[in-house]
Amino acid sequence: MNAPANASGNARDAILKSVRDALRRDPLDATQVAALDARVPRHTRPAHDEDLVTRFMRKFESRAGTIERVASRDAVPAAVEAYRLAHRLPQRAAVGAALKDLAWPDGWLIHHEAAGITEALAVSRALCGIAETGSLMLASGPHSPTTHNFVPDDHVVVLETARIVDHFEDGWTELRARPEGMPRATNIISGPSRTADVEQTIQLGAHGPRRVHVILVG
Amino acid sequence: MQIRSDEFKERSVFAIHDANLQTALGRARYGFVGKRAQQVADLPEFEQLREEAKNLKNHVLDNLDHYLARYEQAVVASGGQVHWARDAEEARKIILGICKRVGAKTVTKGKSMVSEEIDLNEALIDNGMEVVETDLGEYIIQLAHEPPSHIIAPAVHKTKDQVSDLFEAAHGGPRKTQVPELVDEARRVLRDKYFRADVGITGGNFLVAETGSSIIVTNEGNGDLTQTLAKVHIVTSGIERVVPTLDDATLFLRLLARSATGQETETYTTISTGPRRADDLDGPEEYHVVLVDNGRSKMLAGRFRDMLRCIRCGACMNHCPVYGAVGGHAYGWVYPGPMGSVLTPLIKGLDAAYDLPNACTLNGRCQSVCPVKIPLPELLRELRHLQHQQNITPVMQKRALGIWRWVATRPKLYHALEQLAARALSGIARRGRIRRLPLAGGWTDSRDLPAPTGRTFLELWQGKRGQR
Repeated sequence: MNAPANASGNARDAILKSVRDALRRDPLDATQVAALDARVPRHTRPAHDEDLVTRFMRKFESRAGTIERVASRDAVPAAVEAYRLAHRLPQRAAVGAALKDLAWPDGWLIHHEAAGITEALAVSRALCGIAETGSLMLASGPHSPTTHNFVPDDHVVVLETARIVDHFEDGWTELRARPEGMPRATNIISGPSRTADVEQTIQLGAHGPRRVHVILVG
Repeated sequence: MQIRSDEFKERSVFAIHDANLQTALGRARYGFVGKRAQQVADLPEFEQLREEAKNLKNHVLDNLDHYLARYEQAVVASGGQVHWARDAEEARKIILGICKRVGAKTVTKGKSMVSEEIDLNEALIDNGMEVVETDLGEYIIQLAHEPPSHIIAPAVHKTKDQVSDLFEAAHGGPRKTQVPELVDEARRVLRDKYFRADVGITGGNFLVAETGSSIIVTNEGNGDLTQTLAKVHIVTSGIERVVPTLDDATLFLRLLARSATGQETETYTTISTGPRRADDLDGPEEYHVVLVDNGRSKMLAGRFRDMLRCIRCGACMNHCPVYGAVGGHAYGWVYPGPMGSVLTPLIKGLDAAYDLPNACTLNGRCQSVCPVKIPLPELLRELRHLQHQQNITPVMQKRALGIWRWVATRPKLYHALEQLAARALSGIARRGRIRRLPLAGGWTDSRDLPAPTGRTFLELWQGKRGQR
């Protein structure tokens, strides 16, 4: 590497010193550090009195997302097939390995790898749903590659109603509970990709999926 | 980019007479302001959140060294690397070093104002790399060879027709004229770039000390394709963007989308933590964060510390009558509007941007919508004061101010002159307006001065009191 680690080290110390000089103090002592580390943030969360599933659905649909409810996980492949037919998509999909065990229709070309540039449809399982804003939270990993969320035109996301939490903070609790720690990418998705960069006109399907469809299980 | 803030007056005149710009600005004003107001009305807790956000930012700034150190530890623990850059040149060197080491040919970029601040694109291009801005607005202005005119809507000054022309010139015909076609064309062209990119560079809206994560908030998904498909992901961010925990980041997320684009949330909120894991199927092999100081730690020392609370939402410029009239390019550097009028002189030097603090009308709308309650008008006034102290203020203006002060501290003389002026101005007025004011032609050339009634406020007040 050209840039020696040393230079960065010097810059680090210089910046931290400049920060402390500005604050007119020495580095914090152990007691102060311990107090900061023990700090528990308590911020106001927007209040609402809606049922979580109702709120999630209302909010998600308000941002051009679509939802279909099914009774059980077994019904997911048929729901995906119906979606595929409705949008005249080819019989192939990138399916997160988290949904590998489902009975996918015969004749479908299914893979569990990362999405390629020509990928048309991906099916993923969400870690949870956030009722506050009607958002999906997906954690990257071998069972749910990030490219599935952004490359295809159509993204179908399976979400169990029991996994809908109230606020963002409850979503973070889900993340912290993972034995494998933080995923490389945590994607919070609120509907299809959009842009308003040309004359403030909202246009769906900027770079990410043109459509995001939730199959709500339970 | 070369700072041109000393041309503010000339560029403002051009801006006011640029019909395309005025059309675009009018549209933007209506959209951003109206949508934000609706979001604020829909969230009763909004004011409470602003107060909490201000206090939280102050807490972070008071302990910035601690949170930066904790953040660095967490990034390293997740397999990423942290680089520290004292100034723009150091930041460019670090990023160029990484790009060269991996033999980068194509570099894709999500929107990053810090990368604009450090003139990154030029440095990469000079070293033979293809640099592709992927945010649609950034892509448009890259084709136009222009800097952004707004921190969240960089091409807000362009009309659809202008975008059509740029796309036709860059991609070939047939010329597209509808928004969906234009967006589709950019989507198709940029797809290929994401998949070819060696390095993907994004900004960081927030850096989370708890987890070592960087957070970006976007609507298009370009930032995600940029960071997921490139072999190396580099995050550029200012040192002030660190927050203690994910819960703390949430407070700002609730304010950011509402204040910026008038949405309850943006479409994508992405938390990136380190490079791809051993069993991951995609994602970058390397994850770097470049923490840029570039004047920020100096700002922390004095009366401009409040400015470091800024979360770059752009609400101040959306509500600024001066920005609304002249657009972002007149400001002559990377950050326009009220926040830019504070940041530009502080980062680039008081004398490099004399007009910016002085263009403010001190109407206070920016402060009233700022999600972290930065007292922008106060800071702008403070900058004027510093300019005066450092003898940057033009001599004539200083002299005039000196005379005014001499008069203003002598109430009897002041009131006598005031009465004289009120009568004289009322005398030259036609139908309550003065179309041409002697010695102030610069002011009345572009607008009328409402005429006084002939009596001063004090006279009217005393008259009223007499009646009671």
